[in-house]
Amino acid sequence: MAEKKQNRNTVEAPGVEGKNVLGGVGKLIPVYVMGKRYEVPETLTIMKAMEYAGFKFIRGCGCRGGICGACATVYRKAGDYRLRVGLACQTVVEPNMYLTQIPFYPANRATCDFSQLASSPEEIFKLYPELFRCIACNLCTKACPMDVEMMDVIAALKQGNITKAANLSFNCIQCGLCASRCMGELPQYHIAQLARRIYGSKIAPRAEHLAEAAAASNSGRYDAYLKTIMKMGEEELRRVYQEREIEPEMAAEDWVPNDTGYL
Amino acid sequence: MPYTSELRELIKAVEKTRPERVARKRRGEEFPTMSLQERDEILKEYHPDYRQEGRRALRVGVNKGYVIPDEFADILEAWSRVGPDKVDLSVPDIETDVLIIGGGGAGTAAAILAEEQGARVVIATKLRHGDANTMMAEGGIQAATKTEKDSPYYHYLDVMGGGHFKCDPELVYTLVTQAPDVLQWLESLGVMFTKYPEGKLQSIHGGGTSRKRMHYCGDVTGMEIMRTIRDEARNRSNITVIEFAPAVELILNEHGDCAGALLYNLETEEYIVVRAKATILAVGGCGRLHIQGFMTTNHYGATADGLVLGYRAGVEVSFLHTVQYHPTGAVYPEQIEGLLITEKFRGAGANLVNINAEQFVNEREPRDVESAACIRECLNRKLGVTTPTGSVGIWLDSPMIDMLSGEGTVKREFPGKFILFQRHGIDIAREPMLIYPTLHYQNGGLKMDSSGGTSIPGLFAAGEVTGGIHGENRLMGNSLLDVVVFGRIAGQSASVYALQSSRQGKLTLDHVRAYHNELEAAGVSTDRVAPMLLPDYTDPELRKKQLTSHYFGTLR
Repeated sequence: MAEKKQNRNTVEAPGVEGKNVLGGVGKLIPVYVMGKRYEVPETLTIMKAMEYAGFKFIRGCGCRGGICGACATVYRKAGDYRLRVGLACQTVVEPNMYLTQIPFYPANRATCDFSQLASSPEEIFKLYPELFRCIACNLCTKACPMDVEMMDVIAALKQGNITKAANLSFNCIQCGLCASRCMGELPQYHIAQLARRIYGSKIAPRAEHLAEAAAASNSGRYDAYLKTIMKMGEEELRRVYQEREIEPEMAAEDWVPNDTGYL
Repeated sequence: MPYTSELRELIKAVEKTRPERVARKRRGEEFPTMSLQERDEILKEYHPDYRQEGRRALRVGVNKGYVIPDEFADILEAWSRVGPDKVDLSVPDIETDVLIIGGGGAGTAAAILAEEQGARVVIATKLRHGDANTMMAEGGIQAATKTEKDSPYYHYLDVMGGGHFKCDPELVYTLVTQAPDVLQWLESLGVMFTKYPEGKLQSIHGGGTSRKRMHYCGDVTGMEIMRTIRDEARNRSNITVIEFAPAVELILNEHGDCAGALLYNLETEEYIVVRAKATILAVGGCGRLHIQGFMTTNHYGATADGLVLGYRAGVEVSFLHTVQYHPTGAVYPEQIEGLLITEKFRGAGANLVNINAEQFVNEREPRDVESAACIRECLNRKLGVTTPTGSVGIWLDSPMIDMLSGEGTVKREFPGKFILFQRHGIDIAREPMLIYPTLHYQNGGLKMDSSGGTSIPGLFAAGEVTGGIHGENRLMGNSLLDVVVFGRIAGQSASVYALQSSRQGKLTLDHVRAYHNELEAAGVSTDRVAPMLLPDYTDPELRKKQLTSHYFGTLR
């Protein structure tokens, strides 16, 4: 059962009888995994190509969907000295690709009592003094598989602009490649995480309505209505459900319902 | 890989009908929604849950006789990874107050709350801390936060309707009434919700919602929540995280309480005995079982381990006869097949259209109905689009979003997917995506109550591993809510139990022995072991050449 069902290379596309989802084996091309040559189908991602070749991932594989940072890969193309980066789960192999994964990087992460932090950049400077070792070489930006302008993130923090750093670093998946290339040994992704939290918690305007809604709910305001429908039989509940008012698709933020009885 | 010339031709048809469809949307003219009866009919005909093939009755355990998909039955009718007699329980390797199995959203939220109650916490994760389905959730988190137009009453109705009115009322009550509090907690921890300039959270519709109460952080809501709470957990010295150490058995004590777990270090192959006063199963979902042969949106480690551990110990399961197929999984290019394309695209106005560029279903039906409609359109009506590799799909017309809300909206609101498709040469602000239903969420699971407890003292559960909250079908945005609400509750309950009520007792794996006896008595003849831990994607031809490798289940 294990081989037939779980092998993604031959899982059948639902609704398409007897078809191989990955289009069969396809043409084989050479790639070099940590310097060693393997022949793999040209349509596969680096991750699936390595599995095809017989590697079984424990490290270096996570969400398989481009968002968790587990499969950060550094590679070169044939005849080119340039180092390139990508996620193994997203990057399609090319002939003579010369690659390695970097599944972990021992970057420094400072612990703190977050609730006690002020919203000032000095808090970040204290926790990460290495911030000022940045020499603006931009290798971090070049190493980012998510196109985060990491040098600008660090520059913004040096200037005390936490908001800018938070917004610029939003797509960071914390793969660690930036730290692996940094001449100043900054742990950019840890620093950026702290900046985003400080922004989200202590700088961004508060959503006041959350406190109101939480207080309303905790005070039991809705309990009577809820208890009534909790006790309803399925038929009656279906009727209430079908008759409930629906906020229109394109309604503006200031829409209010006709029936305000259960608010 | 960018669209082929054949697909580009078909896209022209979509472009032709687009202006009219955008105009209709602006006028508020939506494709008619289905009545409850029509929903029932389409599900019975086309939804994979209703297929007779591929499922069987469980032959062992507390839910013997329950008819569930083969993939679930296979892991429940399987042997322990390690014979109970081999394990020395006399001197535990690790001793703690609260052991949390699973480091996703539920496990991490639980850890923070437990630590705040004064408990020592150990989180054991299969891969890295944060490698979980939570990280990949995109569209949003539901909560009735705008009291002038919404309330938990409507949220409750929506959850119930989505779940076919089978959800546990107490669990839903807890979910919807705690929701605003949870969002406040997340905001205070630093989660960067998408807000209006004055601070109010932006919110949109999801499938099956009566109010626009889905809040979000760009199109990476799960990632933003996960990395924020993970960062907080990392700051707490009383939370220890052991990575790459999945649990392979729960350990009970002579009183029948849960007393910890047996972990397996994936890298050193060492088994580790953890004694804990309270244990929380927050192990997540089952996508990598590839139920009914479907592709999945789930992460690498989603192999339903929690069901195995809990069921062996005697915890009942519920709602495993249904699984959720997300209607819009990517189908092109093939390198990203199965990948989640958030419902939020439809919430922002994108139509689903067939090969003739016509709509065929309202875009905001609940997920199971939406999936069934897509399957009907492709399989039965034969109006799907075929890709070069033989997959079939439906157009998700994302360029409509920029036309409705201004140029740059797609890039700004869906940065994750924009970048991802860009890498493959597709600009989703100008070109539609091809989608098809993909295996997404475990609707059911271990039974628990609204305090997070299970039928076993000392064993708690939270998150996707549990069943009953969402009934037979979960609504979008309620999973991120579920993991944080019930993760916190489980953490709270577990730590209180650990510090006040837990009983000391001799550690035992007798329940595993008893389960093995049951398997034998039922005539289950197999060499399957469970939990699976990781799926096996080894090429069968290569496997034949691995002459001296030993596969234990799916692990080499």
